[in-house]
Amino acid sequence: MIKDQEFLKDIASYCIENSKKLGATDVGVKVIHSVSENVSFRNKKLDESNRADSFAVNLTTYIEKKKSSINSSDLSKSNLEKLIERCIDATKITPSDENNSLPDKDLMSKEIRDLNLYDETHYSNDKKIEFLKKVEETASTDEKIVNTEAGFTENKNNFILANSNGFLSGYKTSNFSSSCVAVSKINGAMERDYEFGSSRFLQDMMKPEEIGKIAADKAIKKLEPKKIKSEKIGVIFDKRISKGILSTLASAISASAIARGTSFLKDQINSEVFPNSINIIDDPKIEKGLGSQNFDSEGVETNSLKLVENGILKNYLIDTYYGKKLNLKSNGRSGGTTNLYFENGTLSFKDLLNSEKKFLYITETIGHGGNIITGDYSVGASGFMVEDGELTYPVSEITIAGNFKEMFKNITLANDLEMKYSTNAPTLLINQMTVAGK
Amino acid sequence: MSNFFKDTDIDTSQAEAIVTETLKNCDDGELYLENYKSESIVLDDNKIKSSTYNSDQGYGFRAVTGEVVAYSHSNDISKESLRKSSENLKDTLKSKKGTYNHEIPKTNSKYYENINPIESKTFDSKIDLLNSVNNYLRSKGSIVNQVTANFLGEHKSIEIIRSDNQVLKDDRPLVRFNVSVVLEKDGKKETGVYGVGGRQSYDDYLKEGSWKDVCDEAFRIANVNLESKPAPAGEMKVVLGPGWPAILIHEAIGHGLEGDFNRKKTSAFHNLMGQQVASEGVTIVDDGTLHQRRGSLTIDDEGTPTENTVLIENGILKNYMQDRLNARLMGTKSTGSGRRESYKHVVLPRMRNTMMLSGKYSQDEMISSVDKGIFAVSFGGGQVDITSGKFVFNCTEAYEINNGKIGSPIKGATLIGDGPSILKEVSLVGNDMKLDPGIGTCGKAGQGVPVGVAQPSILINKMTVGGTKL
Repeated sequence: MIKDQEFLKDIASYCIENSKKLGATDVGVKVIHSVSENVSFRNKKLDESNRADSFAVNLTTYIEKKKSSINSSDLSKSNLEKLIERCIDATKITPSDENNSLPDKDLMSKEIRDLNLYDETHYSNDKKIEFLKKVEETASTDEKIVNTEAGFTENKNNFILANSNGFLSGYKTSNFSSSCVAVSKINGAMERDYEFGSSRFLQDMMKPEEIGKIAADKAIKKLEPKKIKSEKIGVIFDKRISKGILSTLASAISASAIARGTSFLKDQINSEVFPNSINIIDDPKIEKGLGSQNFDSEGVETNSLKLVENGILKNYLIDTYYGKKLNLKSNGRSGGTTNLYFENGTLSFKDLLNSEKKFLYITETIGHGGNIITGDYSVGASGFMVEDGELTYPVSEITIAGNFKEMFKNITLANDLEMKYSTNAPTLLINQMTVAGK
Repeated sequence: MSNFFKDTDIDTSQAEAIVTETLKNCDDGELYLENYKSESIVLDDNKIKSSTYNSDQGYGFRAVTGEVVAYSHSNDISKESLRKSSENLKDTLKSKKGTYNHEIPKTNSKYYENINPIESKTFDSKIDLLNSVNNYLRSKGSIVNQVTANFLGEHKSIEIIRSDNQVLKDDRPLVRFNVSVVLEKDGKKETGVYGVGGRQSYDDYLKEGSWKDVCDEAFRIANVNLESKPAPAGEMKVVLGPGWPAILIHEAIGHGLEGDFNRKKTSAFHNLMGQQVASEGVTIVDDGTLHQRRGSLTIDDEGTPTENTVLIENGILKNYMQDRLNARLMGTKSTGSGRRESYKHVVLPRMRNTMMLSGKYSQDEMISSVDKGIFAVSFGGGQVDITSGKFVFNCTEAYEINNGKIGSPIKGATLIGDGPSILKEVSLVGNDMKLDPGIGTCGKAGQGVPVGVAQPSILINKMTVGGTKL
């Protein structure tokens, strides 16, 4: 089973003490234990069962403003002794950087709130198998479905984060997730789609029948797609991919991108970046939240942050190192965003689809065609044509392209936000993008 | 003798006994042991941003019967941990009965030396070189806005213990040296990235001429992009340059020819064996035996020696890439393509160095035959939907072609195509095959493995270019 806090604390303290003995002036360390069990099914038969039991220690030592790190999976004290020595040796000869330091003491997290992130329920492999049978049975009811794959993963984690200023804290987290991939076929051509559910507590897991049905329905709807003509058109992003807009924003407003001058949003703080109806929030303290945390990866207290208020960019995502470069205090975002979301828009999904005569509705993008430096965006896409508010036919082998600066200013949100992932967005419309097809 | 049981409460013969006992009713399986060391040193924004040393060791215990894979891994190499894993595997496969296949080919070939690149150069010399890179690039003028450079060195030792005490070993070095530069001119910023690497020591890359070439190339790409215009949108002719653009082959064809997707019939290629899938002049191989290449392996991660597998010969589909599991289920032999990212991951059939071989045309002939199209020289990355066959890759250096002549550089755009049909659109195959510089990492099912690609220049009749200009 998962190791307790005392076991992890003992190792963290050992690393700090030994590093100090060898000459470190400051030390930061994280010790993690995780156990993961995964079962996967294919075409209603057991395909794979996988159990993982992993330890990790991440140690950073400082000698004044010099810094170096080691990572290892071997927690034996004889191994750690050797690695600490190696880390100190490397620190001594690494050039100084005046911004290297542990976080300010007064920013550190003082108390742990129980955010309900750990469910000790163990779901046995036999139970996982029962669950997956139901997923696949529902997924394969239609004869157009020729292949199904489903998986169930249970994760339990415990960690301790500590530093030589006396910070020593950690807690357990758990995660249950299940997915289904369905392949549909007609006239020799195949399409694939999926559904995925994830939760901190087993009781909050999506129902297996729901996962199977959604995956199959989506795969069938995609059959016999058309390639459309190149044109400028309004593009609606399905909820599964609209959250990608927020991930782009998060990369562009990270203190590292801002300090290095490599963001298309550099110098845009307190400027209007989105339409004035838009608010974007990052809240680490949501009970049972998939992105929830008590403190960031340096131990700095994290609280809810309005990144964008009435369309205006209000905050960067700041850690200690780049904060010092920018003369700003860390806001507990070392390690990135937590539970990031758009506040709901006002239009219903139906009204959004009816707001123009014709749209392209995108359900999937492929490729990594976003450039954070210039804001240029171009990715492969598939989805549906929308005419008079109805999804008329599937579309594939096209690209959508634009520039994030323009795209952000032309967003309209629907009011169908769901908190299904750690980053969440409602369905959204971007007016006028270039679609390349035939 | 195994090095993995030193300082543990278990010796090699006890481990072998557990393996033999666990796998006695299975079709296949092994105990895979791995020791991995890596070092990364990053210079960014005029400073050594980080220096990190990783040390990881563990085992992955696998039992396979029929189509079912049971896997258990841990970084605790001990009697208790192995016993627990053994129980876990036996429990998963309790209702199945198989016959162990003892056959595994042997090899005396070696495609790289057993050196540890991390230890073969001092830490100081690597830091000095990163500083020289920074100074060299910044000396090119105030246009240079940002420089990032890094070394990544790895050494991996593996041991595979099969049933009945067969033990197979490999030691794999790997290095990578990367430079990224951001230039700023008239308020416009663009980036250029270039890197080199392979299964050898840093020595070849640390010579003054070599590292300066890498810097010059990154600078050149960024400079070209500063002048770039919006890319066109729509279907047009595309000329691909030699070398790294072969990630088109990797995405469009390679993944679709991996054994697992074809055994499961989820690949768009699963019913095309022996059929014409490409134009006649097109031959594609996947070769694990090239000296010191990033995708090369002496043995794969199941212990099978690698080979040069012909995938497509003169347009005809000849072979899939196989690991032991999928080969057995499809009634064929492993091609030495069974790979895993680490002991934490199950084996999957994967690519090694995927290459389109040279034809007879020159690049000039291709370009002069195009009225309107684009010439793509370098790419970022790509992705494929195995089932529908649709794939993308995005240009990082490309130009317009107008009336048979190369025109202005264009902004990065995604190109999209259909895997099973794209190779039929290849109308000319160049005589200038080139290997990539040794920087590729392929992702599949959450596992990254180092790979290589190669191709000559090719002319594609029709592809959709995802620009903004209609």
